[in-house]
Amino acid sequence: MATNLNIEVTPLPRVEGHGDLVLDVKNKKIEKLQMRIPESPRFFEAMLVGRKYTEPSHITSRICGICSVAHTFTSLQATEDALGVKLTEQTVKLRKLINHHECTQSHCLHVYFLAAPDFLGVGSVVPLIKTHPEVVNIAVNMKKIANEIVRIIGGRAVHPITTVVGGFTRIPSEEDLLRVKEMLLSLYPDLETSLKVLKTLKMPDFERETEYLCITNKEDYALYSGDIKSSDGWIIKPQDYLTKIKETVVQHSTGKHCSASRDSYMVGSLARINNNFSQLSDNAKTYWEEFGLPVPCYNTFINNIAQFVEIVHCVDDSIRLIDELLENGLDEAKSVPDVKPKAGRGVGAVEAPRGLLIHDYTYDNDGRIAKANLIIPTNMNYANIEKDMAKLVPEIIEKTEDEIRLACEMLIRAYDPCISCSTHMLNVELINK
Amino acid sequence: MSKPKVGVFGLTGCGGCQLEVLNLEDQLIDFINAVDIVHFTEAISEHSDTYEVALIEGSVSTMHDVERLEHIGKVAKIIIAVGACACTGGLNCLKNLYGTEKAKELVYGDKKGWIDAIDTKPISEYVKVDYFARGCPPTRSEIVDIVRSLIVGKTPEIPSYPVCVECKRLGNTCLYEFGMPCMGPVARAGCNARCPSVKSGCEACRGSIDDPNVNAQKDLLSQYGLTVEDIMEGFNLYNACVKIEQKTK
Repeated sequence: MATNLNIEVTPLPRVEGHGDLVLDVKNKKIEKLQMRIPESPRFFEAMLVGRKYTEPSHITSRICGICSVAHTFTSLQATEDALGVKLTEQTVKLRKLINHHECTQSHCLHVYFLAAPDFLGVGSVVPLIKTHPEVVNIAVNMKKIANEIVRIIGGRAVHPITTVVGGFTRIPSEEDLLRVKEMLLSLYPDLETSLKVLKTLKMPDFERETEYLCITNKEDYALYSGDIKSSDGWIIKPQDYLTKIKETVVQHSTGKHCSASRDSYMVGSLARINNNFSQLSDNAKTYWEEFGLPVPCYNTFINNIAQFVEIVHCVDDSIRLIDELLENGLDEAKSVPDVKPKAGRGVGAVEAPRGLLIHDYTYDNDGRIAKANLIIPTNMNYANIEKDMAKLVPEIIEKTEDEIRLACEMLIRAYDPCISCSTHMLNVELINK
Repeated sequence: MSKPKVGVFGLTGCGGCQLEVLNLEDQLIDFINAVDIVHFTEAISEHSDTYEVALIEGSVSTMHDVERLEHIGKVAKIIIAVGACACTGGLNCLKNLYGTEKAKELVYGDKKGWIDAIDTKPISEYVKVDYFARGCPPTRSEIVDIVRSLIVGKTPEIPSYPVCVECKRLGNTCLYEFGMPCMGPVARAGCNARCPSVKSGCEACRGSIDDPNVNAQKDLLSQYGLTVEDIMEGFNLYNACVKIEQKTK
């Protein structure tokens, strides 16, 4: 039993980037609880100043290798909004296809490689190669297919090339899309097997209701575009994000903290399912119900399951998109960019795998950036992570220090924090004074 | 070297190069079996401070990076710089162009004193680098080739010819014919002309070749109505920390 604890996990392993957790408990009371983010600040808002409108998507893609596609599209949307560029249906559908498979790739990496070892009591995916070869093979194959789809359409799996302001430098052929469809259809047995395995994992019993934010639109389960929706009952245009979302600099983190209607909110798969469940594919809804989970669901650990269910949705929806693209026939001319620089402000909002992502650019007359603001999903989650931990730790204070340390790490990992993204990594520090 | 102990480290960067190691997929399990990965924060909880080979991603952009890198330099026998940020400083050098102090103020305002940030530099400014896996990101096969070469004790082959050679080999139409600027004539190959092959100009993310023919590039630019300024702006994307010597005609 832990009366006094001094836990420091530095660096927090199996998260993308660099973060530390500091937890100091005296006489069962939390004295200090911080997610410290010492990851090097990158200063993208400064790097973007003066750059030509063709470049921000290539620059901001490098904020994060794992969500390079989401950054690319948010950036393109912001630029297109500012320059008044309209896209064809073909371009939007091809972009959605790429976006879906960055989501699948990233969720797959997180659920199978980074989070699953916790539930199976090991330190990494490496021992699982021996103990759970079938699951590791499924994960490797699924990730490979997702990366291959991004590569076929985007030109490269990490940091896509073909996606530019106003369209594509090159579109895939109909044969390419048929090949992608084959690959997607081959995934269904793997999803079934995964469902059986994931159902056996015991998710920690923990609940804390909070505000959930994501994008939403009438046409589909919003991942690529939409207005910003809060579970607290408001919807705003992306351009008006500053009327609701506040950012503050805190000393223990190079990642800024965010708040909206309350003092913290959550973004990511669980937020999207809580806000937009009815628009999931029927198949994905069935998967969710297989886990016996409610909607909305207030257990942060279930974000892992929500990610898996979104993989199912992305596979289903990609097949729909491909069928529609093939039915209309692919036409390179429909994705050739036609862009003229002009002054103005534009905002892009996309669901990155780990949550809402916003880019806000102001261009000058020559089509160069005068001002940029980027709000990153992991930053949005920091305050909420600290609030979750403040509730979780007293609930498990009777456990051993190792168990508490692991539970805290698992909670943070459930958010799938991408700290390189938020400019900022994870390290658990239990302090015992 | 049989079954070397390998550490994978990230300094300031996007994690994309480490991700490319995880993206080895078909080769990932073989890779894990061929080497003994003792440190890889992005993928495993265990970590050890005993390793022979260090794969380092990211540039040096904070005092904390400097301390970590100098420590790795003392432990590792062989250092492999992985990706543009580690090799040339990469895109992070754009911050130097803007001004590091000014950038701190712009992003963190009156709280800038809390932030540890220094002018970005490639890792070779602090430690001896044995091999460079260039690119943003490097190709997966190149990372594997370098590590494989080390295991069997041969020197990895890194191309020192320009991307144009690869475009010619692939039969790509030159992007200058479409009026698009491209760094191909002076940029180091090895990516199989990844960008020009999908009709996007080369951005020289692998840096320049050892002895770039800058004058020929200038002639080519003027032939197509482009200026050195046009192209240098593009070159700066990944190479703002690098100076290209311009030979006199």
